[in-house]
Amino acid sequence: MNNMIVSVSPHLRDKTDTLSIMRDVLIALTPALIASVLIFGFRSLLVVAVCIIFSVGSEWAFERIVKKPSTVNDLSAAVTGILLAYNLPVGIPLWQAAIGSMVAIVVVKQLFGGIGKNFANPAITARIIMLLSFSGTMTTWAFPDVVSSATPLVILKGESAQALPALMNMFLGVRGGCLGETSALALLIGGTYLLIRRVISWHTPVAFIGTVFLLTLALGKQPVYQLMSGGLLLGAIFMATDYSTTPSTDWGRVIFGVGCGLITVLIRVWGNYPEGVSFSILLMNILTPYISKATRKKALGGVKA
Amino acid sequence: MLKISLHGVRVPHRKGTAGDRPGRLPVPKVVTIPTSMHIGKPAKPVVSAGDTVKVGQLIAEADGFVSSPVYSGVSGAVKKIDSILMSGGQRVPAIIIETDGLQMMLEGIAPPKVTNTEEFLAAVRMSGVVGLGGAGFPTAVKLTVKDLSQIEAVIVNGAECEPYITSDTRTMLDDSDLVWEGVELLKKYLSVRRVIIGIEDNKPECIKVFREKCASGKDIEVMALPAMYPQGGEKVLIYNTTGRIVPEGGLPIDAGAIVINCTTLAAVAKYIKTGVPLYEKCLTVDGSAVKEPKNVIVPIGTPMKDVFEFCGGFRTEPKKVLYGGPMMGIAVPDLNSPILKSTNAILAFAEAEAAPPKETACIKCGRCIAHCPLNLMPADIETAFRLKKPEALEALKVNLCMECGCCAYACPAKRPLVQVNKLAKAMLRDWQSAQKAAEEMMKKDVGK
Repeated sequence: MNNMIVSVSPHLRDKTDTLSIMRDVLIALTPALIASVLIFGFRSLLVVAVCIIFSVGSEWAFERIVKKPSTVNDLSAAVTGILLAYNLPVGIPLWQAAIGSMVAIVVVKQLFGGIGKNFANPAITARIIMLLSFSGTMTTWAFPDVVSSATPLVILKGESAQALPALMNMFLGVRGGCLGETSALALLIGGTYLLIRRVISWHTPVAFIGTVFLLTLALGKQPVYQLMSGGLLLGAIFMATDYSTTPSTDWGRVIFGVGCGLITVLIRVWGNYPEGVSFSILLMNILTPYISKATRKKALGGVKA
Repeated sequence: MLKISLHGVRVPHRKGTAGDRPGRLPVPKVVTIPTSMHIGKPAKPVVSAGDTVKVGQLIAEADGFVSSPVYSGVSGAVKKIDSILMSGGQRVPAIIIETDGLQMMLEGIAPPKVTNTEEFLAAVRMSGVVGLGGAGFPTAVKLTVKDLSQIEAVIVNGAECEPYITSDTRTMLDDSDLVWEGVELLKKYLSVRRVIIGIEDNKPECIKVFREKCASGKDIEVMALPAMYPQGGEKVLIYNTTGRIVPEGGLPIDAGAIVINCTTLAAVAKYIKTGVPLYEKCLTVDGSAVKEPKNVIVPIGTPMKDVFEFCGGFRTEPKKVLYGGPMMGIAVPDLNSPILKSTNAILAFAEAEAAPPKETACIKCGRCIAHCPLNLMPADIETAFRLKKPEALEALKVNLCMECGCCAYACPAKRPLVQVNKLAKAMLRDWQSAQKAAEEMMKKDVGK
């Protein structure tokens, strides 16, 4: 009898795989989707659908053209599509959303080698490219209530004389902003789910949000509003925790989060843009390899080579 | 004192055979006893084809210091001495014995005379006992310490952290007196001041047995350890029980510790008490393909297939058969592979568990890093290996890897990280020896 499979140990593997991780992220993103439909109406569902279709479609097409095995089934492209959609205003022309999705997948992800190889977060980078390319539509916000016409960050910056929305509305997400970023409640539910499922570690979100809170507190810039404004929660929970573009050590994640928080506050308080979360994450993405190297763990019993 | 526990993985326990008292295997027709079931030089056969042997008879003697004698667990006639292929890839002589089914004991088996340290160590050498937790390092070599005052603690390893395996559990329950006598022997002849018995907390009945025994003395302590794989790994166990770290390239004794498996200790105590050497082994037979998983005592050298047959045969066709547990066990191609001294379990798996999982791209999630008990960075090691960068492998300390498998277990991309680490170690060794050779050449040239 010589028909046995011989392989190197371990012969037992954990059930978690790339697909189950991505599935968990999709589940965690669902409360924000529901909130978005309730706040901004069914068009947000349409934008999300277009982004998913073009993200998944371009991943499938690209891999087919370059004759790589298809990774569409790992759901990572779908996650990118949803995250990009969450970073767009609900009134975005659908063709622009489609172009953004293709840029995210083809230019930012696939051209660098596909899943796990890209150094910049596809959804964040595509959003920034769209912000620079379609500045008008990317900053035309829909508003759930008729009174306000400026996002809380614009008001916080003193560029609009309107009153800030009530705190409860900020928490629930009834305010101007991108379609998936407004509901703190929904995003926190998703984040809690990811923490429980151990898909993300607490280090990055806590460091990121904590830094923004402490800095704006020190600067006297309404820290509670700062936390729930813009894309901070969406970014800290879902984008700054992206595996391939952020450090993989605990200390590295803390440094990454603090760096993101610092840059976000710098831009929000002194920069030209009202929001800095996307830029902060992209800038820290670029520093990731250095952070990883600097925070390499000391091996147990290891002596310096 | 605040001590951060080492990382690891929570593996399923699957210790369904823990309550099963081992039965004895009917005498197999033929046994194949390799002369190398230990780390070190193979033993030298002292029998030849045609000789009759009895149970407990020496059939191969230790060849040098790092070696171990081999005894027959059956009575019968030596058929031949043949070279066989071991799971490690090396060929070694094996003594093949056709049994007569009578199991006649060798006459004159008597306890050895042990009155001092030298006699104790000599007796351990003669017992044929090697590390029975799976490593197979000759126990006498491990216990030979230049300066006895170096030993600050002896840790009896009852962690048994691998899934499925319960043979150590059975030793701790059925032979608790022998384990205890072993502890007393170590205290007496190696002047050990502190003994720690480390048991994972998923074996409360074993913890209870030894806590009761400990009630009298203060220098022996039972530690209930969290059931976190690889709790029984030597370096991990030393750290988690004493907080000491084995330095790179060093032995446990460099951290003042000796770790000895509970079954190994019981085997030593049995020899010193009765003179009966190690020739049979209690092992766990389990896995999805096995009809009646159970513990069974078998003569060393018994073919695996006889043991599986004793356990009701197979439920479904086995596709993978292992020596040892699923985390570090060795897959063998052949059901005729013999039971070795260090075999604590044989597992057989059906297709579903046997097929290697589909490998996908690394997503840099960091799970391998978070779970490595030794704080290594397997993802980075893999990159350095694929880029053929031995300098990077040296800095990443791949040489420290104990191949426990936590990284590969946790990897969602199902990458073969242990395999890569093994290959990376070889790459590093080659590079280091080439560096050394080059350095010596330089020195010679300068000398001219």
